[in-house]
Amino acid sequence: MNALPAPHRPGPLPTRMQLEDGRLRHLLTIEGLGRPLIEQILDNAESFAGMNDQGVKKLPLLRGKTVANLFFEASTRTRTTFELAAKRLSADVLSLNMNASATTKGETLLDTLRNLEAMQCDMFVVRHADSGAAHFIARHVAPHISVLNAGDGRHAHPTQALLDVFTIRRHKGELSKLRVAIVGDVLHSRVARSQIHALNTLATGEVRVIGPRTLLPAAVEQLGVQVYHNMEQGLKDVDVIIMLRLQKERMQGAFIPSEHEYFQRYGLDARRLALAHPEAIVMHPGPANRGVEIASEVADGPHSVILRQVTYGLSVRMAVMSMVMGVNPQVRA
Amino acid sequence: MNSSTRLPDVEPLLDHMADALRAPLAEHEGQAHLIGIHTGGVWVAGGLHRRLDLDQPMGTLDITYYRDDLAHGGLHPHIRPSRLPWSVDGQLVILVDDVLHTGRTVRAALNEIFDFGRPARVLLATLIDRGGHELPIAADVVGARYDDLAPTQRIKLNGPEPLTLTLSEREVPTP
Repeated sequence: MNALPAPHRPGPLPTRMQLEDGRLRHLLTIEGLGRPLIEQILDNAESFAGMNDQGVKKLPLLRGKTVANLFFEASTRTRTTFELAAKRLSADVLSLNMNASATTKGETLLDTLRNLEAMQCDMFVVRHADSGAAHFIARHVAPHISVLNAGDGRHAHPTQALLDVFTIRRHKGELSKLRVAIVGDVLHSRVARSQIHALNTLATGEVRVIGPRTLLPAAVEQLGVQVYHNMEQGLKDVDVIIMLRLQKERMQGAFIPSEHEYFQRYGLDARRLALAHPEAIVMHPGPANRGVEIASEVADGPHSVILRQVTYGLSVRMAVMSMVMGVNPQVRA
Repeated sequence: MNSSTRLPDVEPLLDHMADALRAPLAEHEGQAHLIGIHTGGVWVAGGLHRRLDLDQPMGTLDITYYRDDLAHGGLHPHIRPSRLPWSVDGQLVILVDDVLHTGRTVRAALNEIFDFGRPARVLLATLIDRGGHELPIAADVVGARYDDLAPTQRIKLNGPEPLTLTLSEREVPTP
């Protein structure tokens, strides 16, 4: 039997904590964000998407603000996109590798936070291997500081989920008419959890999860999804396929028999892609394990929007950063 | 309660502006890039574009992100991406707005245009100059001037079809 991971909710009401007077103050999780607020984030992201036409890809919205990237867990791509998003908004950016910083010399996390506050930082972007780390930091920061969760343990990765729904909306339009399949290791995936919450909040027509029993949470259908253990059945007629990354440690553990067998049963290749809607798009949060969860012919093929996701990720992160700093329109949730 | 007064018709003002733009256009061999500032400026630019029969499609700017008071402005309307479907480098650019008041919108528009490139020359054409400038910005071409308005009076361009001007008294919030 699958054990659910350790409790995901690290403290009381992280969902409410991120809203202040109905407006976004931190972004810790998708849970609790209303549909109007999520749509506002997507609309604001759309307004940044045209920036690529400008010679100077920079806006003055966060001029004078300082953003600190606190990455306790390595992630070059996510850190880079947050850093670039902040720079495109004209913020000053510190990117700190917290594993090599003072916390390893005995300084407590709270000491580190106090020092960064004393350096007049305005926003912390937090990546941490422990569920609830961003929530913990948000609870302890000075009132003028906003915290963005860039992935915490198995709990949440809200900006990834937002850029995913942004990608779907841009390429496929109205979500209520769509079938979306999330394939792979849902059990350990903070990305999948956030995606499911975002897709359900936006009233997506049908959300499916596809994977072996060992990689799906025991009561996953309670999240409002259809469950498939057979790839061929699950992919039938879907409009969007979101492949999840299979972590190395799962490949070596008891969760799957072997990489090869996993690909045989759950890998996305051209033959399986043909079962989906002819205009289906293929997504992946990256970096993809080619030949394990996805074949190169699909990852690089005409249905793939994987690199577009990276581009959209910049716009979505710019939208969230400007909203929590109060310099972009917001509806009240 | 607001009371609105109808102002002169817009079409003759657009004719007058187009006439005034023909001389500088001739200096640039009829080549110019027209840019309207959302929302009213886009309507005015559309009227000028038709009258001047320019080759290039017109561009549009949403300057909200460049405003110096964005953080203080509360809820903003939906922001549209700016679209300049050509390079502004070395070009004559005619920047068009509906009402010139403090000059801060024009300052923001200039900043944004220069993030796209370096035009050879920028002309400012505005349907109404209502005075009250807070920055050293003046229009090159003006449809009509209203220099004696009270700070509480507001000129608004209604559109897109037909374009009409109204003068109204802004409500002053009670303390």
